[in-house]
Amino acid sequence: MTQLSVKDLAIGYDRHVLTDGISFQIESGDYVCMIGENGTGKSTLMKTLLGLQPALKGNIEWGEGVTPQTIGYLPQQTEVQKDFPATVFEIVLSGCQNRLKHRFFYSKADKATASDQIERLEITDLTQKCYRELSGGQQQRVLLARALCASKKMIFLDEPVTGLDPGAVDQMYSIINKLNHDGMTIMMISHDVDISVQYASHILNLGSNVQFKDIKSYKSNQNTESGGTR
Amino acid sequence: MINELMMYFEMPFVRFALIVGVLISLCSSLLGVILVLKRFSFIGDGLSHVAFGAMAVAAVFNLVSDMIVVLPVTLITAVLLLRTGKNTKIKGDAAIAMLSVGALAFGYLLMNLFSTSANVSGDVCSSLFGSTLILTLTPVKVWLCVILSIVVMGCFILLYNKIFAVTFDESFAQAVGTKVDFYNLMIAVLIAIIIVLAMNLVGSLLISALIIFPALSAMRIFKSFQGVIIGSAVFSVICAVLGMVTSILFGTPVGSTIVAVDFAGFLIFAFIGFVKAG
Ligand SMILES: Nc1ncnc2c1ncn2[C@@H]1O[C@H](COP(=O)(O)OP(=O)(O)O)[C@@H](O)[C@H]1O
Ligand SMILES: [Mg+2]
Repeated sequence: MTQLSVKDLAIGYDRHVLTDGISFQIESGDYVCMIGENGTGKSTLMKTLLGLQPALKGNIEWGEGVTPQTIGYLPQQTEVQKDFPATVFEIVLSGCQNRLKHRFFYSKADKATASDQIERLEITDLTQKCYRELSGGQQQRVLLARALCASKKMIFLDEPVTGLDPGAVDQMYSIINKLNHDGMTIMMISHDVDISVQYASHILNLGSNVQFKDIKSYKSNQNTESGGTR
Repeated sequence: MINELMMYFEMPFVRFALIVGVLISLCSSLLGVILVLKRFSFIGDGLSHVAFGAMAVAAVFNLVSDMIVVLPVTLITAVLLLRTGKNTKIKGDAAIAMLSVGALAFGYLLMNLFSTSANVSGDVCSSLFGSTLILTLTPVKVWLCVILSIVVMGCFILLYNKIFAVTFDESFAQAVGTKVDFYNLMIAVLIAIIIVLAMNLVGSLLISALIIFPALSAMRIFKSFQGVIIGSAVFSVICAVLGMVTSILFGTPVGSTIVAVDFAGFLIFAFIGFVKAG
């Protein structure tokens, strides 16, 4: 089932186009890796899909009960967050904010959801710890747990492993892989092409010519290309 | 000394001053945490100077209640500052610094040129640093302060969860459909209200201290957001009461005494935090 369909999209700021001609479709259960040089607009594309940034051209269609508000988003970390005084539980619970609607305070069910996601990411022992005292890998898992509170179907991850040490990187990738096996649709921005090829079902290459390929044809294409230059 | 204090507490204007002091310190400490975390504390500083300028204008026109001018001007400036802060094309901090000193100079100039009062430098001094003696507030001002404080605290408590979400991560909040612009606007409006109120207590130069010290102190010790908010509120109220009582007993200027107590409190909290961290 198609969850997201993008046609001839152009992204950028103030009419300055970063990349255009972006078209792709994401089906339920896909694992899409977005690759491309720094500054090609990977983060911007994610923000545009989420409605944080207007599209300059083209259209974005959501399907199967997915809307931007029900996507779990893991943004690139900001400076403000690094020394923020809040407990892990407070932060994960804030992932339930889209359920508040006309309520002011979180319900028991919201709190249970937060606890469940904390357990799912195996950070239960950190629940009452202060966010700023965690390691980079632990912080990312907290933010992932928060994203999971907001979404049951699809998550967007913006460079989830950048700045982590190698052990934490492997752990993060295996967590994401497990989520995907449990049926979560994943769209991830990544620098590491090798890892992307290993886990992903599709590759979205934002570059001078935008490509969207399933993993098989991406690999065979890579092989013929590198075979040609050899 | 206790007797002397009791005698003072009998007086209505002393009681008014205490009520106002507690409310203002409570409100400013709540919003202070948000401003410090959002790296917005300089906005508080700029706004307080603009409020001083507006007060000078009100004084020149001999308005009965200067709030009529000061509150709207400060509110509008707060909203504008928030806009420029977001706009990366204009250097936000430079714009605010310019506005801030401009308003200060303009206000002083106006008061000097047009003031009908015999003691201009006394007036200027008390609007910059707060009144020298314990405040003489009219009942109208006290009521206005009580109502506005309740509004500020009510908004803060009811919208606590959204305010937390927007402060911790604007992008995520916006992505899941929280109206980030609305909450930022609300924070700006609340901070403008607090600054106008606090001007009566500590004067416009010292307001920043009332906003920043409690937040920074609480952050040294508490590890949860809720802890920081509550800690900051308690810290601020205790310092304000201690400061006011000291000022009554020893006849020191109210504003600077409160700020001095806040500073001492900060040093204590910083020390405790340092010891706890080992
Ligand atoms: N808010 C903004 N306003 C204007 N330009 C921006 C803004 N954010 C990012 N850019 C520019 O857009 C380009 C792409 O940014 P980004 O999407 O973060 O790239 P990537 O994530 O692929 O590294 C960069 O050159 C950056 O300078
Ligand atoms: Mg990026």
